[in-house]
Amino acid sequence: MSVMALAKALGVTLKHFFQKPVTIPYPDAPVPLKPRFHGRHVLTRHPDGLEKCIGCSLCAAACPAYAIYVEPAENDPENPVSPGERYAKVYEINMLRCIFCGNCEEACPTGAIVLGYEFELADYRYGDFVYTKEDLLVDTVGSKPQRREAKILKKPVKLGFKVPYVRPELEGVKYE
Amino acid sequence: MIYLITAIKAAVLLVVLLLTIAYITWIMRRGLARFQVRLGPNRVGPFGLLQPMADGLKAFFKESITVERADKLAYWLAPILTFTFALAAFAVIPVGPDGWVVANLDMGVLYVFAVGEMAVYGVFLAGWASGSKYPLLGGLRSIAALIGYELALGLAILGPVLMVGSLNLQDIVLWQKEHGWLIIYQFPAFLVYFIAALAEMSRTPFDFAEAEQELVAGFHTEYSGTKFVAFYLGELGHWVVGSALMATLFLGGWAAPFGLPDIPVVWFFLKWAVFIFLVLWIWASWFRTRYDQMIRFAWGVLFPVAVVWFLLTAYYVAKGGML
Repeated sequence: MSVMALAKALGVTLKHFFQKPVTIPYPDAPVPLKPRFHGRHVLTRHPDGLEKCIGCSLCAAACPAYAIYVEPAENDPENPVSPGERYAKVYEINMLRCIFCGNCEEACPTGAIVLGYEFELADYRYGDFVYTKEDLLVDTVGSKPQRREAKILKKPVKLGFKVPYVRPELEGVKYE
Repeated sequence: MIYLITAIKAAVLLVVLLLTIAYITWIMRRGLARFQVRLGPNRVGPFGLLQPMADGLKAFFKESITVERADKLAYWLAPILTFTFALAAFAVIPVGPDGWVVANLDMGVLYVFAVGEMAVYGVFLAGWASGSKYPLLGGLRSIAALIGYELALGLAILGPVLMVGSLNLQDIVLWQKEHGWLIIYQFPAFLVYFIAALAEMSRTPFDFAEAEQELVAGFHTEYSGTKFVAFYLGELGHWVVGSALMATLFLGGWAAPFGLPDIPVVWFFLKWAVFIFLVLWIWASWFRTRYDQMIRFAWGVLFPVAVVWFLLTAYYVAKGGML
């Protein structure tokens, strides 16, 4: 039995005693996320405000869990929603089916659907897990239950994460 | 009148001691967590300070099961013995000058030993009376270890006692106030005593009596609810009392060091905390020895060292050294 080894063991633990704990007390403190985190989807817009989605349904075709439903419609030339011929009149994602694989993001020809950072999606009813276009567009901050809570409490949406930086494809997403 | 004062002192000490032991659980959990770079319990109250209360409340509302194959009387007696004798030892430890001790016994050191060893009966009875194999193994280990460390513990304390010339703990503190701490004169005795005391408190590296990994929880596997709390507090009580005793015997007790002003309780508390932390630190750092290793170490190393040091001290004192 080596006394030196025992003393060394005491030194190691004492060094850690004075370190900052690595625990993140999550609901009180935000979780630092990695840049490639796969969170809730976001429907992005072009800088001029037009929606990037052209309603091609390639995301729905690529989806392995059949979680996406897209219903396209012709754009009004006078007042277009998207730069292409068509736009997504209905765009729904069932978050209970979604496996957050990111295949939709890869399949999208215009980079319209992007997986964001939000992960607090827990809710009470099956129906509430179907996120419509209004819930997914960049202008909306927070998941459905978060926004509902904020509305009842009359407080701004409290996000449980912090991101080191926003990815370029998520430009225009307001998280702070 | 003197009985009344003693009774009041004892009651105050009991309340303070129970609160201390309750908060030792908090210190233990927070401290161990910090050693493991965690936060520890911080939800109940500020910094988790109400956690001991919540734990106690929870434990008291739990069902207190009596095992069918248990020896009923011994099964009930065991936690009471452990708890009582763990706390009783504190009665002779002086926390300040005259009057700051519940019982200023002339044979205080002897009393502490007698009472401290009684607590092992609780462990042994619990192991035997539970009628289950894991508690039995834990109890047997506890008894086997007792024979080993007890000799070293007793012999190590003889050196300081010979130097001071008194078994009264208050006298020992006053002697140290005059001549300096006994840890300086009696360092080998301190080392032997500290190691043996770790075994007596059944803390790491000698916590094999309640080894979670091998014996579930050792001797108190079959206990729940209030009876379990009694065991748990008794175990921690050993830690508290053992640390207090070491602070008194070797670090000068309540007497202030370096000519600083004497404040009752404060210096005692600081010195006490040193040992509490030391035990916690070792707990977080070291392994658990096998009980046969511990017994071999106690007989082969601690015992000879204690004997030789005792003889040296005796020779020194007999030649007319410090007295």
